[in-house]
Amino acid sequence: MLRFVVRRLLQAIPTLFILSILVFAWLRALPGGPAGAMLGDKATPEKIADLNRTLGLDQPIFVQYFKFLGRVLTGDFGSSLVSNQAVLDEIGFALPATIELSLTALLLAVGFGIPLGYLAARYHGRLVDNSVVIGTLVGVAVPVFFLGYLLKLWFAGEGLGWFPPSGRQTTGIDATEVTGFATLDGLLTGEFDAFGDALWHLVLPGVALATIPAAVIVRITRASVLDVVNEDFVRTAESKGLGRQTVRRRHVLRNALLPVTTTIGLQTGLLLGGAVLTERVFNWRGIGYLLAEGIERRDYPRLQALILLGAVVYVLVNLLVDIAYGIIDPRVRAR
Amino acid sequence: MALLEVRDLSVVFQRKGEKPFTAVDGVSFDVDPGQTVGLVGESGCGKSVTSLAIMGLLPRRGNRVGGTATFEGTNLLSLSDNQMRERRGRDLGMVFQDPLSSLNPVISIGLQVTEVLQRHRGMKGDAAKRKAAELLDKVGIPDPTRRLSEYPHQLSGGMRQRALIAIALACAPRLLIADEPTTALDVTIQAQILSLLKELVTDTGTALVMITHDLGVVAGLCDEVNVLYGGKIVERAERHALFNHARHPYTHGLLGSIPRLDAPKGEKLVPIKGSVSDNIPWDNGCAFAPRCPNAIDDCRQTMPVLETDGPGQLRCHNPVELADAVREGAR
Repeated sequence: MLRFVVRRLLQAIPTLFILSILVFAWLRALPGGPAGAMLGDKATPEKIADLNRTLGLDQPIFVQYFKFLGRVLTGDFGSSLVSNQAVLDEIGFALPATIELSLTALLLAVGFGIPLGYLAARYHGRLVDNSVVIGTLVGVAVPVFFLGYLLKLWFAGEGLGWFPPSGRQTTGIDATEVTGFATLDGLLTGEFDAFGDALWHLVLPGVALATIPAAVIVRITRASVLDVVNEDFVRTAESKGLGRQTVRRRHVLRNALLPVTTTIGLQTGLLLGGAVLTERVFNWRGIGYLLAEGIERRDYPRLQALILLGAVVYVLVNLLVDIAYGIIDPRVRAR
Repeated sequence: MALLEVRDLSVVFQRKGEKPFTAVDGVSFDVDPGQTVGLVGESGCGKSVTSLAIMGLLPRRGNRVGGTATFEGTNLLSLSDNQMRERRGRDLGMVFQDPLSSLNPVISIGLQVTEVLQRHRGMKGDAAKRKAAELLDKVGIPDPTRRLSEYPHQLSGGMRQRALIAIALACAPRLLIADEPTTALDVTIQAQILSLLKELVTDTGTALVMITHDLGVVAGLCDEVNVLYGGKIVERAERHALFNHARHPYTHGLLGSIPRLDAPKGEKLVPIKGSVSDNIPWDNGCAFAPRCPNAIDDCRQTMPVLETDGPGQLRCHNPVELADAVREGAR
């Protein structure tokens, strides 16, 4: 297993290298430039050229690339053009927020998705099944920003007021920062009011972000269970006279969850790459927020770093999925 | 008294908005303790559905099962789902057609054997494992203790079928139903599996219902043979009688379509004309009539009934005459 992990990590190196070239070239192929964006509409060509010189953007593109690569390899992603902060610091601040939100959404999506998908399959063709299928269609089709605003309208602020409308923490709450994860910090320091507050802030954006992955997981689980119940080995299990629960758990679900695992992995990768819309709607200062701001302002250093980060996360998540697959499916382990 | 008495068993598949389809129609047969009974016929003749109905393994919805299947005095068809779960694996074992897909791919062989021991014998841990290894050894799997921790994909097709037989016989059931257990295996392995089955049922006194389309399997194994066509039994005979003087034209056709090594060079196989899809429903005469070389007018008008015919039973208006049968069907 260890050799497998190491080999997979080594395989990721060329992937990331090629991606770095693509990211670099692609960002610079976009019309407009950071200087124009930073100086606004009234910028004169002279001023733009001046700023380009300061930023090093007047140099030949491959020189820019190798400088960029050298810095990246030494862990220097430069400073954001928007905030002037080191990009790495920005990410260090935003990443825990995004991870916290993503994990919440993921837990909700898996926690609701798998049981609902299983129920739909068990009552295939009946009311439960039809409602779940229609529900997931709506879940996939409703745009996240729209759903986000609806949730805010109904459950936050002027609506029922049950949940905070935005942000990660109520201003004025006395929370000690240890790891940057608001919930974890609350638990570690024993500040349970801060923990509860952080959890409360997670609910609405978590739900908004979870809808699409949950709907996808429901559909995959349902289809997969429907496939597996007709498999010969399930009939064998029944012919042994095993209890209903044993047949379901050991023989149906274990096999049905194989494709679901892949789906969960892919969805995790997407979530961790930054939930731009959700973070925007709920003013959640995470990776998605940074990304949206970076695109608006053509903040090259920040975008380069974020896209590379996204790629690294994707590679790691896929590695985790492969390892998980190896654990639950002996056929994969053998290869 | 017979171990299993099947009386007037019928299975009708009924789907919403579709015409009901009768897969098994008034099938009756007996299995005595220790006896091996064959159910023979082409694909779609209802032989597998018969066995699934007896085992209570038909899908819960979309079918109607009629008649009785009395096992040691209890009508299995009247038992609840939970009562059937108590019996399956303990009193009734079953081996399926395709050993490649009949084992759970993500669970170790060991667990797949021990789970049935735990369920019906309450055996756990090392005791169950020892018993499982013993069972695998008995069905001829070498190095059984190591095999316990392996997975189905690590075993060959023949080994998997052996494992499935070990599972089916783990709790020493009194009746074993084998549904085409050798169809998916290559010929040399087929012979091994058949002789293994024969040996095991003889040793333990288990009765065996052998479902097959292969008369070669019947020849080597069965005491009594039921030939099914279109969901009905068309001929029932003791093994030697069947091979020596089959009376039903369909049975005859089956025998004629077997390749034989002792046949004169260049002799052609005689297939049965048409296919099962040419059936007419039994209520308009004999379902085999459109394909039958012996068909007479009567066959297209009145349904033949199963009647005693010498030592066996026969459902035919115009059977093959005994003298012809001896000449043509003998082997």
